[in-house]
Amino acid sequence: MTDLLVAENLCKWYGDYLALDQVSLTIPKGSIFGLLGPNGAGKTTLIRIINQITHPDEGRVLFNGTPLNRNHIKNIGYLPEERGLYKSMKVGEQALYLSQLKGLSHQDAKVRLQYWFDKFGISEWWGKKVQELSKGMAQKVQFIVTVLHEPELLIFDEPFSGFDPINANIIKDEILKLRDKGATVIFSTHRMESVEEMCDHIALLHNSKKILDGKLSAIKQAYKSNTYEIGLKHQQPEGLKTELAGLLTSEAVSFQVFEEELKLRVALKNGLGSRELLAALNERAELVYFKEVIPSANDIFIQKVNEQRKEEHGQA
Amino acid sequence: MDKLKLIIKREYLAKVRNKSFIVMTVLSPLLIVGMIAVVVFLTRMNSDQKRVIAILDESPYFGNQFITGPELSFLDLVDLDLETAKDSVASMGYYGLLHIPDGKDITDITEKIRFYSKSSPSMTVTGMLESRIGKRIREEKLEALGVSQQKVQELASNFEMRTATFSGERSVKGVNELKAAIGGAFGYLIMMFIIIYGAFVMRSVIEEKTSRIIEVIISSVKPFQLMLGKIIGTSLAGITQFVIWIFSASLLGVVVFSLMGIQWNELNSRTNLPPETMDTINQAAASNEIVQIYMTELFKIPWFTLFISFIIYFVLGYLIYSSIYAAIGAAVDNETDTQQFMLPVIMPLMLAIYVGFFSVFDNPHGPIAVGFSLFPLTSPIVMLMRLPAGVGADGVPWWQLITSIFLLMLTFIGIVWFAAKIYRVGILMYGKKPTYKELYKWLKYN
Repeated sequence: MTDLLVAENLCKWYGDYLALDQVSLTIPKGSIFGLLGPNGAGKTTLIRIINQITHPDEGRVLFNGTPLNRNHIKNIGYLPEERGLYKSMKVGEQALYLSQLKGLSHQDAKVRLQYWFDKFGISEWWGKKVQELSKGMAQKVQFIVTVLHEPELLIFDEPFSGFDPINANIIKDEILKLRDKGATVIFSTHRMESVEEMCDHIALLHNSKKILDGKLSAIKQAYKSNTYEIGLKHQQPEGLKTELAGLLTSEAVSFQVFEEELKLRVALKNGLGSRELLAALNERAELVYFKEVIPSANDIFIQKVNEQRKEEHGQA
Repeated sequence: MDKLKLIIKREYLAKVRNKSFIVMTVLSPLLIVGMIAVVVFLTRMNSDQKRVIAILDESPYFGNQFITGPELSFLDLVDLDLETAKDSVASMGYYGLLHIPDGKDITDITEKIRFYSKSSPSMTVTGMLESRIGKRIREEKLEALGVSQQKVQELASNFEMRTATFSGERSVKGVNELKAAIGGAFGYLIMMFIIIYGAFVMRSVIEEKTSRIIEVIISSVKPFQLMLGKIIGTSLAGITQFVIWIFSASLLGVVVFSLMGIQWNELNSRTNLPPETMDTINQAAASNEIVQIYMTELFKIPWFTLFISFIIYFVLGYLIYSSIYAAIGAAVDNETDTQQFMLPVIMPLMLAIYVGFFSVFDNPHGPIAVGFSLFPLTSPIVMLMRLPAGVGADGVPWWQLITSIFLLMLTFIGIVWFAAKIYRVGILMYGKKPTYKELYKWLKYN
């Protein structure tokens, strides 16, 4: 069994609005799975179904091979995007209450909380009321409560919002450590740089449909467009352009003079490789640098969503 | 089950530790007892300070009518002319001057009687003067007709209707009202409890929504468990508060009143009735027989059934209303948006109380009373008002009691199901001010 969670053909209606349309996902054990998509794409609905907060109208979810049921609650830790704490309750009591609701005993919860509070250096907050804490402080407490019962599956919805860069890094490291210990992480975010850094698998939702999923590295390979970034010592960009015209596609060509240097961003015609381009350039100029452009997750996200929008407009 | 217990415990503690809750619990009995004490104190002060009324009587008729009593004292002025009398009364600071001039006969005199005072006199004062003068006029007229004082006294008849049931038992007037009032007290208690603690439930739901903790919690427990735990926890806190209130208020009451030296019977008998009427009432009440009839009537109230029914109606009624409150709390984002939904909730409660006081008191088994004691949203209050009249042949028919409870249970299941659905969808909806139409849509969500 290598897949922790399998979603099959999930559909969810809110009245007349279709929030999820035949969405299927496979989340491998031990992965950090990025769930991406514009606002309103259906990410939160999907996450709520996994948390059994709502139930799908069609389709099913398998957790470790068995259909999702209430016993799985204690195996899941969820940090929602809209998160908060009881304002007038003391931090320690509140953390104890929330972890007991996840099924930990009072004793266990206390021991583990002390460990985490020590680790984050926040032990002196134990007796404070939540309303005395800053937003970032409260977020730390929420993070601890999410991971405290050591669930197999962790779901983070925009985990870094509200953290300063230093604390965001601490949280990021903790998430990676938890993954190394065997947890699987679902990571829903708009921040593409953290997707790049952390995720090994992604799925892209748009307008209630899944439009892309798979291993991030494989997706990147599939989406690279034979584009190269080159620096040259050359004085006549226009001349060079015409000379290279036979190799290049008309799209994605840019020539830019930068002091002594000419910066090129070019896309090759199908069937041609870096070898042909290099050979052609070597004859004409002195090469400063040469690299293949691998699309970022951000690029893929934007490209894919735009394609989808065009398609829908075409239909309409 | 463990999770439900956890939730109940948290909700209870959150409520009981809340500062304003503690303040309310401690202060309310103090306030109530204090207010009663102040009212009693003021009344006594007021009556301690007797109003002095000067009387300038130039007629031969009213000599012995104005005897100083508990509220008024009279001062006879002799041989003064009216203007001097007015001046001296004003300068002495007396309450007023009653001028009875002489005339050819009593009718003539009474038309000339005037009362002078600094500002318009109080109703009590003029009322007392009028009754005294009126009594004297009647006596005088009767005498003119040849009826002697003695005969007048013989004429006085304090007739009071004695009533009995068909089976021959003696019954007393007012006992129905008394019984309905006992039931009404229970019904009123239920209404107050629903309004106060239902609103607490609602506020607590709104707090969870606005603090955004709700999603964390319902990823661990079912929304229904949370709603139920919240309702139970809050009502336990409410019961705690009620018990504290009753104990501390009665304790405080005893302490304060014994300190102030107020007798309980003084509180009860202090009325503004003229002394004669008071006497009759006291005589009647003193008659052992009637007291005994009241006692037996009170014993005839089916206390056990009443108590059991109170528990049933209280629990079901409270659960129905507080789950509606929870649903309202879930549907809105802040308390100001609750207004549009509150009226339909408060209305049946108000209706029940009004119907109870205007219809059930008068006719506990009439069609209106029966109707409202069957209708589930009003039955907890109205049925409890009817019950003291007894259950069975000459009281509330058994079928009505059973039907009423049965309907209440059905409604309970229906409303809780309905409220739980609204609640489940509502707690995750932000930034929308929902309409009834929207709520109806939510019911269809899976």
